Amino acid sequence: MPAKYVIHHKATKPRFRPIGKLGIVEWREDCSSCHNCVKRDCVYRLYRDEADTLRDEVGYLDYIYQCKGCLNCVQNCTKNILTRVVNPEFRRLGDAYYTPDLILSTWYQAETGKIPVSGAGYGGPFSGPGFDSMWTDMSEIVRPTRDGIHGREYISTSVDIGRKLPHLEFENGRLKVDPPPLAEIPLPVIFDRIPPHWKRGAVTAAVAAAAAEVGTLAILDEADLRDSGVSVRGRAIPFLTAPSAATANTAEAATVVMIPDRPDAMAVQAALKREHPARIVAIRIPAGPDVAGRVAELAGDGADAIQLTFDSHGKELGAVQPRHMRDVLRETHTTLVRKGIRDEVTLIASGGIAAAEHVAKAILCGADMVAIEVPLILALECRLCGECERGQQCPIALEEIDAGFGARRIVNLMAAWHSQLLEMLGAMGIREVRRLRGETGRCMFFEDLERETFGRWFGKRRTDS
Amino acid sequence: MSTVPSSRQRAESRRPDASPSRPESADVSREIRPAPPRYRNEIGKFGVHRGPQCEACGRCVETCRHGVHVRPEGYLHVMRPYDYRCIGPACGDTGSYCIDACPQGALKLSVNPVSETMGDCRWTPDLLLSTWAMAETGRPPGNHLESEVGASGGGFDRLRFRFPDAPPPGLSREDISTKLLLNRRGDSRPRIEIDIPWYGGGMSFGSTNIRALLGKARVAKAFNGFTCTGEGGYPERFLPYKDHVITQVATGLFGVREETIQRAPIVEFKYAQGAKPGLGGHLLGDKNTPSVAAMRETVQGVSLFSPFPFHSVYSVEDHQKHLDWIAHVNPRALLSAKVSTPADVDMVAVGIYYAGGHIVHLDGSYGGTGAAPNVAKKNIAMPIEYAIGRVHQFLVDEGIRDKITVIASGGIRTPADVAKAIAMGADGCVIGTAELVALSCIRCTACESGRGCARGIATTDDELLEMVDVEWCTQRLVNLYGAWREMLVDLLFRLGLDSVSALRGRIDLLSHLDYENEA
Repeated sequence: MPAKYVIHHKATKPRFRPIGKLGIVEWREDCSSCHNCVKRDCVYRLYRDEADTLRDEVGYLDYIYQCKGCLNCVQNCTKNILTRVVNPEFRRLGDAYYTPDLILSTWYQAETGKIPVSGAGYGGPFSGPGFDSMWTDMSEIVRPTRDGIHGREYISTSVDIGRKLPHLEFENGRLKVDPPPLAEIPLPVIFDRIPPHWKRGAVTAAVAAAAAEVGTLAILDEADLRDSGVSVRGRAIPFLTAPSAATANTAEAATVVMIPDRPDAMAVQAALKREHPARIVAIRIPAGPDVAGRVAELAGDGADAIQLTFDSHGKELGAVQPRHMRDVLRETHTTLVRKGIRDEVTLIASGGIAAAEHVAKAILCGADMVAIEVPLILALECRLCGECERGQQCPIALEEIDAGFGARRIVNLMAAWHSQLLEMLGAMGIREVRRLRGETGRCMFFEDLERETFGRWFGKRRTDS
Repeated sequence: MSTVPSSRQRAESRRPDASPSRPESADVSREIRPAPPRYRNEIGKFGVHRGPQCEACGRCVETCRHGVHVRPEGYLHVMRPYDYRCIGPACGDTGSYCIDACPQGALKLSVNPVSETMGDCRWTPDLLLSTWAMAETGRPPGNHLESEVGASGGGFDRLRFRFPDAPPPGLSREDISTKLLLNRRGDSRPRIEIDIPWYGGGMSFGSTNIRALLGKARVAKAFNGFTCTGEGGYPERFLPYKDHVITQVATGLFGVREETIQRAPIVEFKYAQGAKPGLGGHLLGDKNTPSVAAMRETVQGVSLFSPFPFHSVYSVEDHQKHLDWIAHVNPRALLSAKVSTPADVDMVAVGIYYAGGHIVHLDGSYGGTGAAPNVAKKNIAMPIEYAIGRVHQFLVDEGIRDKITVIASGGIRTPADVAKAIAMGADGCVIGTAELVALSCIRCTACESGRGCARGIATTDDELLEMVDVEWCTQRLVNLYGAWREMLVDLLFRLGLDSVSALRGRIDLLSHLDYENEA
């Protein structure tokens, strides 16, 4: 048995004070300066430095990040001068998809590399759109569940990029066919192209370095490869917008290259493979309403790997009523299964993968692996304020980031995601992530559960109409 | 004879709770008594502010019927308003509205901004506040608080009861039975019946303050119900209540000994728990204090894992072997199996029956009290609302529904939730978070951080333990149970049912706000 794959994490404090959720506001003019001030009793000792920080407004804001909102000080103050508030800056973070809580959780994981843990049950909405309308399964007894992160058993998270043969052929006891090249990565997550407004300073170098440490791959534009000095021998997938002899040289040493979808994509793939037979070519397709047909066509023609890109909220592109990737992936996967060619091609899903649970859910819906971009930037403390897109100054000075620091934060995030993936796989009783692909028998969909439960009792669901 | 003490004697001698400093009376009354909040500034939905114009005329004290304004005997000034008791603008029509009554116009009413920062979709500020009100007064919380549903947008929160136009003549609230029968197998074991259709969930010694646990055990005794040890061993201080304590057997087998099995009227196998379905238990090293380590017979300060699953159970036959083991160790115990809610939960329930179980306890994925990975709480296994009907129907189809007791838990917050779960097909419920909220948990969800719960509930820190005492915990829970029972009886009365068991499976009495309700 190979050594267990472990991503080593190391606590990496943020450069800027993160935006916290809760804070304590104090009506100081009513303070009677009594000698049994509740602040001395803070269980988390948040106020211990107040004497120093009072002269420095930074201190107050620190409470907002660190306050756990236990309300002890608010409820015990003899003069009742303390009030708990939700930080208005927190409410403004992100958007409906990248919620403030999700962003805080990503920051926590990038800082600590640990799984976010909390008590008192689940407090969120019953279900929601997209991946929030799925639950993964677990086993009590019959299909034994695995031990997750603390177990002695090996749960593999490795996946392959590349084309696979439908079957093997032998002649005189020897393999008759040459299996096509495969690139194995230890985590079903690769790093997607970074959108232009985030490509600042050492961001690209940080992403590439993190990919190298984790052992995964980062899709990098040709210009980035030239400018950042990142070696393709590391863990880069060069994205060749207009493949030519010159660009192919840049990518010569790369195991995997990526091209955008085009009418002659298969011819381009063939040309690239002629130069280097060991090269794997991935084709990047914006996921639109008819994407399943195009994927089936390319897969049937011999494509190695296909990346489906969705918008950052996981919605398909160019549709009047865009579907979530959950449904598009299921349709695409099923189409390939029906044609009997699913196992031959690698499907990568990207856009809208915002949390560790989305990795497992996208794979359950039919992807082999996912590519992420926004979480990488969130790991670098981004607040999704959009100032950079408007040409304004970045509040966290992304352009000044140190590549080593950035890489550590991203590695930490991946360590936390990997642990969570192991927990989910363990609960499902699945020992390797390859077997999770399209395994919808190990998950439950909101609409199915509603129909089988409440539909049976109460008839038609109103929102269906 | 050797003079060397046996390992058991050594364990007994260092058992931390062998000699409690303040032994509590083993007799517990069901009587409702005021149990005021333990914080100086209790949080309410509204704030009442008395301005400097106040001339201490005392009109507010005479006017308010809710105890907001108090002037103790012999005092000149009125005390700072107990505004957490205020029912808000709705008071305006009742003739006891202090704001209008004040001749100086010195009183101001506002929404308390702190209350809006509390809670979440499942436990809304109103649900927290109403639970606190019930725990203080033992009565339904009043109409100014939404005390039945949360705002999660699905499941219980979208279900409503359909009440008949008038209850049948001759039905009186006093005659309505809320009893729950736990042994339906008709075997030689005791036919245990409890007075209310819910009991307390397992919380381990180590995860939760022993005083809170004793409060739970005492309220179980008062209401002829049960509480459960969880997987942390059986503290000696539970002994006066042993007829109302379930011994839990979980994968770590902490505290599972022959005598703890033999003294229990019910033994519960915990296969999985809703908070972290498919994941093991994990007591952080910080919480493993000397007393916890002694109870669990482990080393202090070491993180304790309960693996998942039972590595001795990989089939229903193995499960039967497990139950047989307990059945032989304790010939009078009822056997319960606590399972989570996977897609095949109905098959699991049937398996539990055929292996000899009396109770199948379904723990839905949104519940739980202890710390768990967020990814598990949100994503793994189905919410309890889906599991109940599935299991009920499958047991009916198998012809064994009346041979086994189905208990639902994991997100039961109110008596309305209990009633809805029963209407969907459960026999009764297990509650956990609601009890902790009654002990003034605010669901800050930081149970696991640092020294443990800052509110002194889910902690083993010596100093934080002191924040509550057993009597207060007991009374708060007695009040909560009393209020819940009153509300449940009222609900049954309005539904025209004479017992809670008559509600089971009455899906026709429910409607769903998101459905046409024509089926």
